[in-house]
Amino acid sequence: MAMSIEFLQQYWWLVIALLGGMLVFLLFVQGGQSMLLSHRPDIEQSMMVNALGRKWELTFTTLVVFGGAFFASFPLFYSTSFGGAYWLWMLILFSFILQAVSYEFRSKPGNIFGTRTYDTFLFINGCVGCVLLGVAVAMMFFGGEFTVTMGSILDGNSPVISRWAPTRGLEAIVNWRNLVLGFTVLFLARTTASLYFISMIGHDAKFVAGQRRSVAVNGAIFTVFFLLFVALLLTAKGVEVKDGVMQWVDYKYLHNLLSQSWIAVVLLLGVVGVLYGIIKTILCKTYSRGIRWTGAGTVFTVMALFFLAGYGNTAYYPSTLDVNSSLTIANSSSSEFTLKVMSIVSLITPVVIAYIAYVWHSMDRKQITPQEMRSDSHKY
Amino acid sequence: MNDLMSVVDWSRAQFALTAMYHWLFVPLTLGLSVIVAVMETIYYRTHSERWLAITKFWMRLFGINFAIGVATGIILEFEFGSNWSNYSWFVGDIFGAPLAIEGLLAFFMESTFVAVMFFGWKKVSPKFHLAATWLTAIGASISALWILIANAWMQYPVGMEFDPAQMRNVMDNFREVALSPVAMHKFCHAVFSGWALAGVFVVGVSCWFIMKRRNIEMALRSIKVGGIIGLAGMLLTLWSGDGSALDVARVQPMKLAAMEGLYQGKCGQEIVAAGILNPDKTPENDEDPYLFDISIPKGLSFLATHDFNAFVPGINDLIDGIELTPEGDTIRTESYAERIAIGKKAHAALRDYDAARAVGDSLGMAAAQKELKANYRYFGYGYLDSPYAAVPPVALTFYSFHTMVILGGYLLLFFLAVLWMVYRKQSLLGRRWIQILGMLTIPIVYVCSQAGWVTAEVGRQPWIIQDLMPVQTAISAISAGTVMLTFWLFALVFTAFLAAEVCIMLRQISKGSKSDYQSLKD
Repeated sequence: MAMSIEFLQQYWWLVIALLGGMLVFLLFVQGGQSMLLSHRPDIEQSMMVNALGRKWELTFTTLVVFGGAFFASFPLFYSTSFGGAYWLWMLILFSFILQAVSYEFRSKPGNIFGTRTYDTFLFINGCVGCVLLGVAVAMMFFGGEFTVTMGSILDGNSPVISRWAPTRGLEAIVNWRNLVLGFTVLFLARTTASLYFISMIGHDAKFVAGQRRSVAVNGAIFTVFFLLFVALLLTAKGVEVKDGVMQWVDYKYLHNLLSQSWIAVVLLLGVVGVLYGIIKTILCKTYSRGIRWTGAGTVFTVMALFFLAGYGNTAYYPSTLDVNSSLTIANSSSSEFTLKVMSIVSLITPVVIAYIAYVWHSMDRKQITPQEMRSDSHKY
Repeated sequence: MNDLMSVVDWSRAQFALTAMYHWLFVPLTLGLSVIVAVMETIYYRTHSERWLAITKFWMRLFGINFAIGVATGIILEFEFGSNWSNYSWFVGDIFGAPLAIEGLLAFFMESTFVAVMFFGWKKVSPKFHLAATWLTAIGASISALWILIANAWMQYPVGMEFDPAQMRNVMDNFREVALSPVAMHKFCHAVFSGWALAGVFVVGVSCWFIMKRRNIEMALRSIKVGGIIGLAGMLLTLWSGDGSALDVARVQPMKLAAMEGLYQGKCGQEIVAAGILNPDKTPENDEDPYLFDISIPKGLSFLATHDFNAFVPGINDLIDGIELTPEGDTIRTESYAERIAIGKKAHAALRDYDAARAVGDSLGMAAAQKELKANYRYFGYGYLDSPYAAVPPVALTFYSFHTMVILGGYLLLFFLAVLWMVYRKQSLLGRRWIQILGMLTIPIVYVCSQAGWVTAEVGRQPWIIQDLMPVQTAISAISAGTVMLTFWLFALVFTAFLAAEVCIMLRQISKGSKSDYQSLKD
């Protein structure tokens, strides 16, 4: 296929899906943070924080790049969702501000608020960040209360083109269907966090056994929420674009899955990967690499969900107020020229992924030990 | 309309708050990363344990500062969507690209290698560690490059055309956007001023070591590295500042006039070295602009054009349509009243285009598009009620510009004196008043740095995109109360974290001054 606008839009939706998948995988940092308020020995707490702390910036950066890529490739989404679901995004941002300083400040003398406060901030980010990011993604299936009227830009007294319900995103947070995905993300993150701890902190058999139990419990809760979400998704209505007209269609995402069987394959691979990593870690008491399977499976699963939302003449951001305001990858994208420029720049992505993988491997070759925590080196 | 203006004001206040907090931390990150990299390079070449200790000490302070810079940075990016949603659509096709490239090229580099820098001492080879430290510094500068390309584009929109079908601007020349001279000067000015700020920080903290008579040799070595990089940064800041001044005179002459409080320009225009503005002066009266001023003859003409005798237009000249060409010639162009009329014609043409498109009238669309294209250059003026609405707040622009220039001059002398003392007359560094001056220069450099950004951003008002979009049309459909609430939440959180950072820094500096440096092998 030549570099037509349609191809570029689909390519950029693929990039967004990949970044989304990477982000959800890297939310294991948040999942780990959601465990930090439990009472445990200081040294164990310190090792957990430091294991997560060496990756927090990667998660944070992926979130920023996810936002930046959305802005560059689908600016109408950026404009509509961020400006409309204001409180949803602001709460997400506040939780990430709390995270950004907490690792660096928590154990430093003079931090004013005390270590426990910063650990509480990390806990808040761990829970709120995961759930609300899940809610934000769920709106791509279940819709938002907005309208888009381009001509408004010429109205000097009220020039805003994208308008949202007066609840400004709070309505999305209390929507139970959105929350199902939110909690799915939270318990997946807690599961992957335990898998990560098992791979990085292996000095203490009791600690590892505890983390295996955590994988079992959180993995089971995640599976229940995930199955519920899949059931909701496959029975949900979606907005289809047919001959330039948008309309609500029953079982839209089920149709998408059946008519685009390659997405079903990606989804299946992802789910199998996630479950394989979890089940093998629970059953095999010496196995410590479950994070690799579950991590890769997470990326595939999330990508498949994004494909279901955006491909197949589907509106990836349905408007529940005005179906014609719904956003598709065609009506919300940047111009062909910009997408082309961005596509050329995106060719560097394999290099970026390669150096991240190399550094990750170099830094995680050796597990974190209590001795390292007691040394005077840089630590959180 | 009143509620609209209130939302605009609170949205501007929130963005200014976030940007100013962000710019408290970023310049130190930009400069200190380079200073730390140089220190580690010396350690790598000499294998001196003392240089290793020096490197680790400054790296620790870098880390404390880095985190809070990251926190404020994410808010800025998302505020474009949350508070300036119309802007995000109107120019997102152009503005979004540098932000995405920044993330891909710079943020991943920074976040990946900063972890090696902090935690990799015993996990990777010394060479790899040194490379990671340099890559962190380079990543920080690449990040600055792309965000400043984006910022420069707002001040000098190039490489785009308007697409009436989508009612937005689209990029048609990436090279013009990325290599805009305004962007290059802004990038150099911001990054090198970061070197100067970090240089002052290192010298100031080292002066405290000397005052307390702790680890004096460590302090002197730090002053040498910080002083040299700071001086280099200061000289390059002056050079790029000169380039920026030429740019402003060429593409934002109203900003230059406001920076000088100049209402009526002339050939061989003097520059105000220091002065107090007359608060009663407006473009509509004949009051004297200054209550008091000390001027340098022909200075502004030289600053604006590199020609002592060139004409520099004032605020009233510009309103009347007298400008400079890019070549520095005086021309009569459209007055602001005419621009408003042209802008309204562009609006009408866009309405006609939209109406013709709705009924599939291709001839009507073509005619409207032609009319729109002819008048689009002043599209933003169509939203203004009066020519005076295109005048920025003169006093704030004037005082912030002069604060920056006067303090910048002081900083140049400061670095020259510090380097002379540390290399030629070290006994002078033992004098208490010099140590105190060194420490007091830390807040001074921050004021200078902030004043520079206030000049750049306030001086371009009312435009969020020069001539094309005033701030009041760029906002989101949210209530003033909502933005006010998030403003105060941000203010509270940022202030609390700033206080924590300062306290942690002070404790770490104290700890570093008491470290066992003298017993280490050199």
